[in-house]
Amino acid sequence: MEGIIELHDNIMFYILLIVVLVCWMISSAVVNFNEYNNHFSMKYLNHGMVLEIVWTIFPCLILLMIASPSFILLYLNDEVVLPAMTVKAIGYQWYWSYELSDFLNTTTNQTIEFDSYLLNDEMLELGQMRWLDVDTWLYVPTNTHIRFIITSMDVIHDFAVPSLGIKIDANPGRLNMTSVIINRNGVFYGMCSELCGVGHSMMPIKIESVNVEDFLSNIMEY
Amino acid sequence: MNNNFLKQWILSTNHKDIAVLYFIYATFAAMVGTSMSMIMRLELVHSGDTFLHNNFHLFNTMISAHAIVMIFLAVMPALIGAFGNYFMPIAIGAQDMSFPRLNNISFWMLVPGLILISSSMIIESGAGTGWTVYYPLSGILAHSSISVDLVIFGLHCTTISSLLGAINFIVTAHNFKGDSMSMMDMPLFAWSIYITAWLLLLSLPILTVGITLLLMDRNFNTSFYDVAGGGDQMLYQHLFWFFGRPEVYIMIVPAFGIVSMVLAAYSKKNVFGSVSMVYAMGSIGMLGFIVWAHHMYTTGLDTDTRSYFTSATMIIAVPTGIKIFSWLATIIGGSIRFSVSMLFALAFLVLFTLGGVTGVMLSNASVDVAFHDTYYVVAHFHYVLSLGAVFGIFTGYYYWSPIVTGLNFNKNLARIHFFLIFVGTNMTFMPMHYLGMNGMPRRISDYPDSYNAWNEISTFGAILSSLSMLQFAVVVENQLSNGERVTNDTLINPAYTFGNTIASETLEGHSNNAIEFNSPAPLAAHMFNTPVSKFVTYVN
Repeated sequence: MEGIIELHDNIMFYILLIVVLVCWMISSAVVNFNEYNNHFSMKYLNHGMVLEIVWTIFPCLILLMIASPSFILLYLNDEVVLPAMTVKAIGYQWYWSYELSDFLNTTTNQTIEFDSYLLNDEMLELGQMRWLDVDTWLYVPTNTHIRFIITSMDVIHDFAVPSLGIKIDANPGRLNMTSVIINRNGVFYGMCSELCGVGHSMMPIKIESVNVEDFLSNIMEY
Repeated sequence: MNNNFLKQWILSTNHKDIAVLYFIYATFAAMVGTSMSMIMRLELVHSGDTFLHNNFHLFNTMISAHAIVMIFLAVMPALIGAFGNYFMPIAIGAQDMSFPRLNNISFWMLVPGLILISSSMIIESGAGTGWTVYYPLSGILAHSSISVDLVIFGLHCTTISSLLGAINFIVTAHNFKGDSMSMMDMPLFAWSIYITAWLLLLSLPILTVGITLLLMDRNFNTSFYDVAGGGDQMLYQHLFWFFGRPEVYIMIVPAFGIVSMVLAAYSKKNVFGSVSMVYAMGSIGMLGFIVWAHHMYTTGLDTDTRSYFTSATMIIAVPTGIKIFSWLATIIGGSIRFSVSMLFALAFLVLFTLGGVTGVMLSNASVDVAFHDTYYVVAHFHYVLSLGAVFGIFTGYYYWSPIVTGLNFNKNLARIHFFLIFVGTNMTFMPMHYLGMNGMPRRISDYPDSYNAWNEISTFGAILSSLSMLQFAVVVENQLSNGERVTNDTLINPAYTFGNTIASETLEGHSNNAIEFNSPAPLAAHMFNTPVSKFVTYVN
């Protein structure tokens, strides 16, 4: 996510440059070349080979300067380096279901899986957030390479956690993969980001990152 | 209903009458679309139960119908159907369109389109699929009602309409030009319609294929898209966006043409670099066909694919930049008259630039991870469409309506309209950038409380812009019932109509533009009986 923000700010610099340039040119044209200040139009000012070449090359150079950090980030984001654990997130109409297949509950002899439903207004407790908090949420360990595998069981959903820089479609019949490494403890929220029907706004994602020890004790409760 | 009325308006083969029908139709559809956007904005004014009483499916129906109505039934008929039909033949000196009856059919195919799409909202539960009609959601399991089928049929009708229109425009441009006119001599507006027609011709069949296969999947047990049956829903997305990407250029390129004409006419200067303007429009159109998957960055495309689409998409900024800078060079050195259409054209320049630069931001697949399907995207495409294409429509209306109706509009009322729509739309869509950066997803009917503030401002802006639609109705009503008659002297109203001649060495001194302003107003139903053979500037 830091990378995305940095790239955004980087591009924003060029965007502001262009917007200010265009606005300044328009306002100077409006101020100086209106019918009150300029009675005679320069009607043969219709060509300028050099000028046209300049304003073709100049945007190309700006685009190159945008493109190089953009591609670096794109390819960096794509690397899934030897994940230490895998979280499967499965979209349903309208809730998320998570599976932690790396862990076996020895008493029931089953892997961990649970559904995560939105808390409606009546169930909210003080301090919880409307439309974001869920009944059972996902714990993940910090400083660990985590691989998310995302799919759907009915229509297309989208697993999005903006603070973690994740947004990837949950397609039925396909597995999508993305990875994160979270550096600090915290709670991260996200919402389904692909229109999936009536409950599209009612399937938030809540991820809490904790130390590995806390994580191991927390998943006992699933 | 007497026979003449029937002949003139129902069985019409005259491109001017059909264009007027198109414009009335588009205005009507735009009112329908605006009312739907108001319902959505009122629902989103606060978090919590505000307007639709938690009927979220109705909200989804509104977002789908708003987009379909605005794109297919308002903007396209207004820009291509109305202005294209009326002024493209005149601009190239043709007496009419090539296939007048085809022209009539393409208008009347739109009427069932509007009926089908608006009834899809009313019949059974409505189609809450988004205008993209993505497959598993639009499939028979998720949307079992007939509404989605109605939407598909409605899209078929509009597709047939636009396709026939496109064929007509291309044939007209090739065969009905005045004798002394070559392709490169066509005025920029004629060029923009010609390029749009090619985009329509090449992209619409893909949409038809996509939604017809969807119809089969829904009703005839095929499984083109159904994963369980061996199909793939990604095929639908590719087919849809292969059409959907050129579609946005179909909406904006005619507006480019109109704005070029108006900027030149009211700054008393020829368009700067008009040849490169033509090439820029053409390359924007061509590039539009090879960038479709930038709508699908998050669907799990391969990284190399995403990097290709990132670079291809960013390249579009180059011809767009050429156009913006050429427009700037057109008005610089001119003697600008601030008519109402010029105000709209200048606003178009600024706002289209704003929409364009956010497009460069979104073109990066890596940044798109944060922005995909958020309100940032909504802000971006409303800046280029609602503040770009729609401003183009109003530019064209205030430029041409006096010579179409023979009646002048009240300039002060029109200025109020400009002010209201400028403030209103900016107030609506600028906050959406901030909402998107904060991660508010699109198409949600209720949201966490932290998004309240910007949403409120946005809704107030939406109220202002719907007031501006009412003000536009006032302008038109006043113009038609009370407008001062345009005489031939007041007619040469952009004093200088040399404007948009494609500069060419061989045609120095020829002014092939603005025949419409050099003919008696209101324009006669048949201005000439054969294609114009010689273009002479009317000297006042």
